Amino acid sequence: MMRRILPHPYLTILLVAVWTMLVNKITPGNLLLGGALGIVIPLLTAPYWPDAPQIRNWKKITEYCLLVVWDICVANVVVAKQIVFMRNEDLQPAWVTVPLDLRSPEAITVLAGTVTMTPGTVSSDLSACGRALLVHCLHAPDPEATRDQIKSRYETRLKEIFE
Amino acid sequence: MALWQEVIVSIMLVIAGVFGLVGSIGLVKLPEPMMRLHAPTKATTLGVGGALLASMFNALFVLGRFSFHELLISIFLFLTAPITAHFIAKAHLHRHRADYLLPATGTGMPWAEAAPPDGSSAAQTEPVTEPTSTSARR
Repeated sequence: MMRRILPHPYLTILLVAVWTMLVNKITPGNLLLGGALGIVIPLLTAPYWPDAPQIRNWKKITEYCLLVVWDICVANVVVAKQIVFMRNEDLQPAWVTVPLDLRSPEAITVLAGTVTMTPGTVSSDLSACGRALLVHCLHAPDPEATRDQIKSRYETRLKEIFE
Repeated sequence: MALWQEVIVSIMLVIAGVFGLVGSIGLVKLPEPMMRLHAPTKATTLGVGGALLASMFNALFVLGRFSFHELLISIFLFLTAPITAHFIAKAHLHRHRADYLLPATGTGMPWAEAAPPDGSSAAQTEPVTEPTSTSARR
């Protein structure tokens, strides 16, 4: 019964929080409207998102978010240096195949997003079976090292969070 | 606004300006579409992030209240930037498949971009680097 009214409880909480932040004011009317949106939107979108992942470890999620934010800052500086100070001929772009141990679609989505936001890599495609990720590197003299770094730094952490 | 508050906001704005500029330079300078994709997805995130932080600090110092809108903008940006980049990369690969030597998937299946649209990929075992019927027709 509860599952039918609230298919994604966390999504409901998130929607109420986002609505309150959008209005920038906490009043009973706003919370009521936010609550209504938080119930209607998950119901409408539930067919596109049949099963939700089991989130167990909030401490690990916080750690992961902080790690990614830090890496984004570092990535910006690294890529800025490569763009401004390296000649185009010296850049060594490369395609890297990252075999995935993750199976849940949510986890793969987060990994692909993280790869795009962090140092010099853009996730470009997924294999038809969803078990390998195609990553383009702006400057990778050693593509194997890049692949191993993605797997050890991000994928193992996501595996602990989602599976 | 005290001097130290102005200094904080100014530093944030300068950082934002520098990274926005570098992202634009990359867009002009880099030689190839897949490489140009790197410039806006990264340099601009910190550029926009710096401007948003400056705006937040400004609201805090001048108006004396915490502003959540900037936080929302950065969340939406973090959600949409990778998806946009992924779509652009996929569309580009799809149209210029013959120009790239993609590595094998290692799973026996082609890259999703080269797979048939109906999802039945059992017969699709040829490497994606070979031109398929789609590009041959072109």
